[in-house]
Amino acid sequence: MQTDAPLIPRPEGLYCPEGDFHIDPVRPVARALITHGHADHARAGHGAVMATRQTLDIMALRYGADFAGSRQIADGPTRINGVTVAFHPAGHVLGSAQIALSTGGQRITITGDYTRTPNAACAPWEAVPCDILVTEATFALPVFRHPDPMEEIAKLLASVRAFPDRAHLIGAYALGKAQRVIMLLRAAGYDAPIYIHGALTKLCDYHITQGVALGDLRPATVARGRKGDFAGAIILAPPSAFAATWAQRFPDPVIAFASGWMQVRARARQRGVELPLVISDHVDWPQLTQTITELNPAETWVTHGREDAILRWCALEGRSARPLALVGYEDEPE
Amino acid sequence: MIAGFAELLERLAFTPQRKRKLAHLVQFFATRPDPERGLALAALTGDLELRSVTPSMLREMVRARVDAELFAISYDFVGDLAETIALIWPGQGAESNAILPDLVAELQVTRKADLPARIATRLDQMRPTERYAYLKLATGGLRVGVSARLARQALAEFGAIDLTEVEEIWHGLTPPYTELFAWAEGGEKPVSAARAPFRPVMLSTPTDLDALRPLDPAAYLAEWKWDGIRVQAVAEGGTRKLYSRTGDDISAAFPDIVAAMEFEGALDGELLVRRGDQVAPFNDLQTRLGRKTVSRKMLGSHPAALRLYDVMLWDGADLRDQPLSHRRAVLERAVATLDPARMDLSALLPFDNWDALAALRADPPEAVIEGLMIKHRDSPYLAGRIKGHWFKWKRDPMLVDAVLLYAQRGHGKRSGYYSDFTFGLWDGDQLVPVGKAYFGFTDAELRDLDRFVRNNTVDRFGPVRAVAPTRVVEVAFEGLNRSTRHKSGVAMRFPRISRLRDDKPASEADRLTSLLNLLP
Repeated sequence: MQTDAPLIPRPEGLYCPEGDFHIDPVRPVARALITHGHADHARAGHGAVMATRQTLDIMALRYGADFAGSRQIADGPTRINGVTVAFHPAGHVLGSAQIALSTGGQRITITGDYTRTPNAACAPWEAVPCDILVTEATFALPVFRHPDPMEEIAKLLASVRAFPDRAHLIGAYALGKAQRVIMLLRAAGYDAPIYIHGALTKLCDYHITQGVALGDLRPATVARGRKGDFAGAIILAPPSAFAATWAQRFPDPVIAFASGWMQVRARARQRGVELPLVISDHVDWPQLTQTITELNPAETWVTHGREDAILRWCALEGRSARPLALVGYEDEPE
Repeated sequence: MIAGFAELLERLAFTPQRKRKLAHLVQFFATRPDPERGLALAALTGDLELRSVTPSMLREMVRARVDAELFAISYDFVGDLAETIALIWPGQGAESNAILPDLVAELQVTRKADLPARIATRLDQMRPTERYAYLKLATGGLRVGVSARLARQALAEFGAIDLTEVEEIWHGLTPPYTELFAWAEGGEKPVSAARAPFRPVMLSTPTDLDALRPLDPAAYLAEWKWDGIRVQAVAEGGTRKLYSRTGDDISAAFPDIVAAMEFEGALDGELLVRRGDQVAPFNDLQTRLGRKTVSRKMLGSHPAALRLYDVMLWDGADLRDQPLSHRRAVLERAVATLDPARMDLSALLPFDNWDALAALRADPPEAVIEGLMIKHRDSPYLAGRIKGHWFKWKRDPMLVDAVLLYAQRGHGKRSGYYSDFTFGLWDGDQLVPVGKAYFGFTDAELRDLDRFVRNNTVDRFGPVRAVAPTRVVEVAFEGLNRSTRHKSGVAMRFPRISRLRDDKPASEADRLTSLLNLLP
């Protein structure tokens, strides 16, 4: 990549020379712009951090109030050195944003992680016109056509009805996926209490303060000798809890996992999942190609290491595209 | 509906517990009519003969709808042809109203030239999960985590009948197994049409010195575990069959063995390539496997022989209930009547105590020995892997510390992860590739290695990624052969990554010369 490029991939993360800042750096830097609160994008220890108010709140919840030297709420277009930056909703998780840069007459949109599927737990994705689109590519293969999440919830509820004596344990990441699944259950008319692992409490409470009506949530703790209380219940926990003895407290649990990866059998089997729920907070293949088509950028840059297929698609469509080799991001962060 | 079968496959795929898999199958048999349930059973046991649908035909079909490179990248990730096609096939389809028997019949009678168009039309009318089930059915080899044996066991449970009895008549029956289901539902037991049928094989469980110590050595026989393939030779009423241990008929590939089966009975032994007294390496046997016919030249250059372990039937008597010591005596008399060039006896090893046996195991007389078999003198011949009667005590694996050089995405269980690794050893200041391994690591180690590959790729060759040569792994393997096909001149048997050596820098990995020193 030439040195006068508006963005340069560096070991720390994506760097904007003119603005002298990094976007979602994986190592501590002087000035960071952060798209959303997932741990691999939002790390502690930067000098100055700019993000949406909700992302800053989430970082403080996770890392403590002193997670950065200074912080600035992204609020309307802001000038940083020679660059104008603006944050727009990404539809990924609460507080998630795309970052729009305007420099030297060029408009660049960095999508961060995003989805165009409606998500009742956060603001919807917005189209941000641009000359260069920097897009994520987590599910950038034509085999990923994520079904309507309500169908997946119907599958879950059918299983709950079919196995009234078993607990349904759903693996869902603490930020975003857990609240998404709860909101989908509520939308499907499920108004019974939903039990949550302790690791989800802080973030669920925060969502409620932000007006996301999660309904009746209760801690998934078993008083001694009352295992049967969870028969027929739905329990949410971070996937890491499943490896621990924590899961053994529930009666004959059905292990479910809510993730876009669940579309591929081997992935679900590798995780020992009995009930795969294909619920994703990322764009699938149709949404990704639709986004590129609609925004019609002069160039598309692809992050996240799974870029081969979308580069091929761009070539077939006669579009200019290239990979941005960035390391350190997980497929679906915890 | 195909949807019922699709749902069964889905449930089986995501049910790790054997007991629950059985329950799903039993429920399917109880609720689906003939001939659908029998065709599903045949699909699971691999007995549904639909040979005309080939993977290359399916690839060709997809090429007409999807860009070839996009398909290749997707297949590389998903790791299963049927699943990739099911997911990538354009359109979302609708629930199909086709039923399994019609789909099977259509695949059987349609002319090969017309099949791609027929299959494509069917795919258009199905949802992805149904497409998957249909394509699995069409190509055979379901690989949905159910063995043929487990499927037959489910049938036995469904009918409360004895699994061994089911297995004995199985090879004489054909899909859709209507008479078998009738038996399971209280009717007459079908009469097997097969002559010289396969009998379920007795298997062993692994052991080691600590597990052997409490046992009385005098109660056991020991023999070498030969590195060939376990077979069953059955000659009854003029019919002669050679079966693999899973019951596949491999007679056609071994006419030399079949010609020497001058007996009435069923023998259990190891199939080897043997020139005089010299047992050839497994490689030599491999060149004889999987052939429909064998040339005279190959019969001369790679002569097959049986090394006999046991006798199940002899001259009309079923000896399987008898103790091993008695069967062994019968076997010894029997072998004396057979052609010694084709059939010989697996010798018993003399030992008074377990340490003496350990000493034998540490220094086997031939390279084609995998370890020891230890069998209780009183053991009957039982179907399956029953604990407590027969034990295998394998040789310790050989080990080298090697550097990861290349990685490729895996298939099947490991698809989507970089899990096929090429590793190398030092030759001067160069790293030379010496082998490939794609298992041995834990799931957590796999995720770690996958991340390492994605973050340390230095070059790409199609699906293969070259990685920075910084990561050392311990590779365990069962043996070493000379090979002209490998750059290093050697081929490892059964190599796997036994440990991540993150404590070692690449410069301290082993040298090629230390590997070559391990050659027999």
